[in-house]
Amino acid sequence: MTSAARIRKDRAAPVQKKSIRFPARSFLAFALSPEAPLDEWLKALDGWTENSPGFFAGRPVVLDLAELKPEPETIRSLVDLLGERGIRVYAIEGVAAEQLTPDMPPLLTGAKPGAIDVSTVEPADEAPVPPEEPAALTTLLVNQPVRSGQSIFHPKGDVIVMGSVGSGSEIMAGGSVHVYGALRGRVFAGATGDGNARIFCLKNEAELLAIDGWYRTAEDMDQSSRGGPVQVFLDNGVIWVTPL
Amino acid sequence: MGKVIVVTSGKGGVGKTTSTAALGAALAQTGKRVVLIDFDVGLRNLDLVMGAERRVVFDLVNVTQGAAKLSQALIRDKRIETLFLLPASQTRDKDALTEEGVANVIRPLKEKFDYVLCDSPAGIERGAQLAMRFADDAVIVTNPEVSSVRDSDRIIGLLDSKTVKAERGERVNKHVLVTRYDLARAARGEMLTIDDVLEILSTPLLGIIPESQGVLRASNVGSPVTLAEPSNPAARAYIEAARRLEGEEVPMQIPTDKRGFLDRLLGRRAA
Repeated sequence: MTSAARIRKDRAAPVQKKSIRFPARSFLAFALSPEAPLDEWLKALDGWTENSPGFFAGRPVVLDLAELKPEPETIRSLVDLLGERGIRVYAIEGVAAEQLTPDMPPLLTGAKPGAIDVSTVEPADEAPVPPEEPAALTTLLVNQPVRSGQSIFHPKGDVIVMGSVGSGSEIMAGGSVHVYGALRGRVFAGATGDGNARIFCLKNEAELLAIDGWYRTAEDMDQSSRGGPVQVFLDNGVIWVTPL
Repeated sequence: MGKVIVVTSGKGGVGKTTSTAALGAALAQTGKRVVLIDFDVGLRNLDLVMGAERRVVFDLVNVTQGAAKLSQALIRDKRIETLFLLPASQTRDKDALTEEGVANVIRPLKEKFDYVLCDSPAGIERGAQLAMRFADDAVIVTNPEVSSVRDSDRIIGLLDSKTVKAERGERVNKHVLVTRYDLARAARGEMLTIDDVLEILSTPLLGIIPESQGVLRASNVGSPVTLAEPSNPAARAYIEAARRLEGEEVPMQIPTDKRGFLDRLLGRRAA
């Protein structure tokens, strides 16, 4: 065995591979819902932007076409017309995926209504940013087992599961994740950028554990950390899985 | 008002149709009015297992599309007069079913029968979702092996989200039925133990049906195993499971390989 291979073999601590991070981003976008007849709606939009010039500059805008239900050519010309008015369309919702071609803004599904306080918005001299929702931290308590295939997304705080988390399920939390049962699925803690988040479970059979984009799969976990209660934390780019 | 029970599993080939027939026959034998509905449109099997394949005129799709009346499609079992079957279509597929059509079938059946057993197809798509949509109770059929258990876990998740009851905020009563249980293989560690299965699924156990060659013999002659060979260990387990479905407290027995002294001596295998 060469000396290099011997050194590799002697390394005791599990080494975090240089892995790709998946930090999450969330932002509030304005939704424009055009209604027929289209030229009247555009005229009304022009009237509004005349009073607040540059309002849309730099703001993410989503085009909701559920009301209008247009043809694909109309979608393209509508995006262009809005572009001429300085409104860049980030995504389109309310149409079937087949109607959008690669040169059009992507399809958006599952967007939730948000709250934007329009009165405090400054007209665009500097590059304005839509005010973020106040960070009200909440804990999501799940009082039953998380079943295989289920996906829990809670960016606003911790997630506590009173039961087991099934294989093939996912929990994504902005804060820490506590599983009072067996953890057999995937957990992404600190998903909105919190490297201090931790993961706790009573029985570690996890498929993947991630904190703030750094992850460790079941393959890379030491056998001694499997099957019992563990605590998972991030230290200097390394995911530690330690017995509780 | 009858109870709608969906027999589902996620995984294919674990014993849904066998269990629907066996449980349905066991319930009907106690005098209850039972109707079995085959939701596996395009791949129907319940009519074969019930021995009714030569009497099928109209099917579930005909009824949901209004081409036939419910009374024309229902087939009465020749052996038990309170047991009926609504077969599936063999020529169409699951896209032929609509939620409204299924609702219009289940509603009158719920009024006329004590139990409406829905034999779900395998999978998690439209056919399986329509079969469970109107269920009050669910029997999740599971083999004691890893892929079946994981698929059953997925189906339990769907029962808690895609049914009318779940959307109203109520819960579908779920029971796990472990089928094809082989005690020797579980002892050797080749199969999951009952405790393993229940620990992963966290759902009450309805019954443990042992692996049995009588099941295949029964389906070959077109009869539910509870009718064809009632003393067979699998049949006895199904009868006990049916009693538990009715609410009776029946102590759970892990089926053992009951071989008499002579059988062991002469090397004969139990059923």
